[in-house]
Amino acid sequence: MTMLNVGRPTRPEATQATQPTTLTGGRGLLQDEALIFELGGWDKTGVDLPDADLGSDDLGELFRSAPIGLPGLSEPEALRHYVRLSQKNHAIDLALYPLGSCTMKHNPRLNEKMARLPGFSDIHPLQPTSTVQGALALMDQLAHWLKTLTGMPAVALSPKAGAHGELCGLLAIRAAHEARGDARKRVLVPTSAHGTNPATAAFVGYAVEEIAQTADGRVDLADLAAKLGPDVAAIMVTNPNTCGLFERDIVEIARLTHAAGAYFYCDGANFNAIVGRVRPADLGVDAMHINLHKTFSTPHGGGGPGAGPVVLSDALAPYAPTPWVVHGDAGFDLVEHAPDGSGSFGRMSAFHGQMGMYVRALTYMMSHGADGLRQVAEDAVLNANYIKARLSGAMTAPFDGPCMHEALFDDSWLEGTDVSTLDFAKAMIDEGFHPMTMYFPLVVHGAMLIEPTETEPKAEIDRFCDALLALAAAAKAGDVDRFKGAPFHAPLRRLDETLAARKPKLRWKPEAVTLVAAE
Amino acid sequence: MRYLPLTAEDRATMLGVIAAPSIDALYADVPASARRSGTVDLPNFQGEIEVERAMAALAGRNRPAGAAPFFCGAGAYRHHVPASVDHIIQRSEFLTSYTPYQPEIAQGTLQYLFEFQSQVAALTGMEVANASLYDGSTGAAEAVMMAHRITRRAKAVLSGGLHPHYAETIRTLAHVAGVDVLSQPAAIDGEAAVIEAIDAATACVVVQTPNVFGTATDVTRIAEAAHAAGALLIVVTAEAISYGLLKSPGEMGADIAVAEGQSIGNGLNFGGPYVGLFATREKFVRQAPGRLCGETVDAERRRGFVLTLSTREQHIRRDKATSNICTNSGLCALAFTIHMSLLGEAGLRRLAGVNHAQARKVAAALSAIPGVEILTPRFFNEVAVRLSKPAAGVVETLAEEGVIAGVPYSRLAPSAGLDDVLLIAATELTTDADIAALATALSGVLA
Repeated sequence: MTMLNVGRPTRPEATQATQPTTLTGGRGLLQDEALIFELGGWDKTGVDLPDADLGSDDLGELFRSAPIGLPGLSEPEALRHYVRLSQKNHAIDLALYPLGSCTMKHNPRLNEKMARLPGFSDIHPLQPTSTVQGALALMDQLAHWLKTLTGMPAVALSPKAGAHGELCGLLAIRAAHEARGDARKRVLVPTSAHGTNPATAAFVGYAVEEIAQTADGRVDLADLAAKLGPDVAAIMVTNPNTCGLFERDIVEIARLTHAAGAYFYCDGANFNAIVGRVRPADLGVDAMHINLHKTFSTPHGGGGPGAGPVVLSDALAPYAPTPWVVHGDAGFDLVEHAPDGSGSFGRMSAFHGQMGMYVRALTYMMSHGADGLRQVAEDAVLNANYIKARLSGAMTAPFDGPCMHEALFDDSWLEGTDVSTLDFAKAMIDEGFHPMTMYFPLVVHGAMLIEPTETEPKAEIDRFCDALLALAAAAKAGDVDRFKGAPFHAPLRRLDETLAARKPKLRWKPEAVTLVAAE
Repeated sequence: MRYLPLTAEDRATMLGVIAAPSIDALYADVPASARRSGTVDLPNFQGEIEVERAMAALAGRNRPAGAAPFFCGAGAYRHHVPASVDHIIQRSEFLTSYTPYQPEIAQGTLQYLFEFQSQVAALTGMEVANASLYDGSTGAAEAVMMAHRITRRAKAVLSGGLHPHYAETIRTLAHVAGVDVLSQPAAIDGEAAVIEAIDAATACVVVQTPNVFGTATDVTRIAEAAHAAGALLIVVTAEAISYGLLKSPGEMGADIAVAEGQSIGNGLNFGGPYVGLFATREKFVRQAPGRLCGETVDAERRRGFVLTLSTREQHIRRDKATSNICTNSGLCALAFTIHMSLLGEAGLRRLAGVNHAQARKVAAALSAIPGVEILTPRFFNEVAVRLSKPAAGVVETLAEEGVIAGVPYSRLAPSAGLDDVLLIAATELTTDADIAALATALSGVLA
């Protein structure tokens, strides 16, 4: 059937000046979607299963007889529900996602395809090791790539995310000190650090002390030297740091730390800037986690899963967690229980870590190779510096000189405009971009941290810069309403976070439905 | 390089705008001793064809669970995941989005997290649930830390039915937090011993049901004993499908319910990524670890969702945070919530019933074999059996014969003195023919 165009207008009429609000809450392709609890049926299911005797007889008192309260959807209803929800999300596949320190790069689909090979996805962590030689070989190869790229002699693969990797590194450091009977009390962390650094150090039982920052956005060596002492267990330094700068004095930082008998934990969240060009081992690092979901492009999935393998120096390697892969007589083997006399600090989770992420990360590494990974770092740094150069006329950068993979701006350029960093970020949403990381790092007022990554084409970066320059001009021209009310064109307007925290409503409850039914 | 859009011309133009003579100039802050002129000693880039070939070769050296009769459980279970689940989680808007820090353009993620939390609260019979942790074992360790904060006591009693790897994970964190861990000896049914161990210094009791030996346990009396002593009860579940058949932790008096959610929506994946379920009572929510999604309204009073109560979290509280967790298991939680929405209550109960029925068939078939003793008194979908030979050797032999018979308990706890114990799980994917093959093979090797 073709669309008949006889007898109807084929050009739009003159448009009305104001937009009427819709009657249903839907807006074109954006549907106002209810919760599954308001959509589903209590007896409905979208999965056909054989009949089963529910087996209440042999379970007695343990049989769950009370209603659980779970709605069901048929498959078409489920597809619509989740596709409608998906359309309310920004995504890297849609446009630039410049969250600083998050490294939102393209996620190659080959990685997804490989992770779904039954030989990887349908194997059990505890089936005989003779039946999973390929999986153990893959872990061994991943370890080889990570060790070679960092120049470090050992790696613990099992940590499940960056923060879990930090925990692994600090646990190894604590075990190393304990093994010498040297109980230390403090961990030094720069003020610009990610919140996970102090949280991890405290979790491992250390008092956290902050290291001051210099006027050029780097660790204050004098302050570090003054605070180092015989009770300092470790320093945790992000490099490149969260201001997007390489720590120029990193080798000296490591030297001072080691001279005090402490270990150097490096937060590797920003490894993307230097991968293939700089090896952390050459900087004096003792432990560093690598976010496979950042540098090696395993998808962030709306908040995970991640993976945070930790490379370790010779000094810390003996304390690595179980399990680990070894080359045995009959191929690869898995050491799941630390042998007697081992210094291993123990186990971090039930199984061997994030295998699904290992497959994706190794696929990514093999696709890029040594030359491609070096190019990754260079293009990421080039893109960030290009953004810094293009925006610096209109926005203010707190630190001079080249940046690494992310460009940092403060809010001094917004002074007197009545537009805040938050307002500016929300107006970016209306222009079709995800805002940058805002108000972090804490050391820069009204911080805006922009990380484009290497997978953005120049045209998209120019589009982004043009949009920000236009917004900056609007802010300076006093067009405040555009910012204060933003976003206007997102699925929702600004949300009331205070209400959410003051009267927490953390789950759907059936009361509302009962009321409607009773009317 | 197919993933890098910049051309040589782009790079030259951009360097011009930056006014940098070369890319090396941008790395001027790197100490000279650490600058590398060439590439590291690894292969160079490869096309999809070459990479796919190499990865397929590695995958080919593993035996997938679907290729043979398969009975491994012990904390990871092979279930059927509807095709639509994997399709939906691969939508760009879910797969390639970040943690929902800008709620106006992340309502898709936030709404499914709210639905996920609501489903987990219902399944566990608890008042509130968080937006996921890494997995069940790290969730159990977080729960012990939370009980330590709430009670200000420093002793955790672990039941003898707790998965040994969960116990080890708890011990790793407890050691640095100064919490004493009192592990009961391995026990098929150790309820009385746990109650015995509770005293006025106990922060929490950790009990697993169904436990690592498959035993479904009524923890009501343990809850009463714990509460009488001012301690909290943490109930761990490693097989989430069991919620469809067994009384929930909440109904039995749990203060914190922790589970491995892998069974719903997520494949085996050789141990990860999985999804940790974490639920508790409303009054404890401000001590809970991890992200929480809450309902609110936007500027036009429309319903919406945001991450909330974040003053507990590391990015706000830093060294005073309840946990250091940041990235969690978002996409695995999405797979969980889609599968759960498809099942609904009716589907979940039926699925649980099929699992239980298949496990009963396994128990019946094996109890007839000389040299096999069924140890688990009441089970859901997994049973522990005592063999007349060491279980690890039996499993190796049967693997060569094409049957993956289960998990030897000695693999989880080599020094427990239970070398003859084998853990055998059945699910809706276990066929009657699989069970017959297991029985035949086992009879052969034990004869």
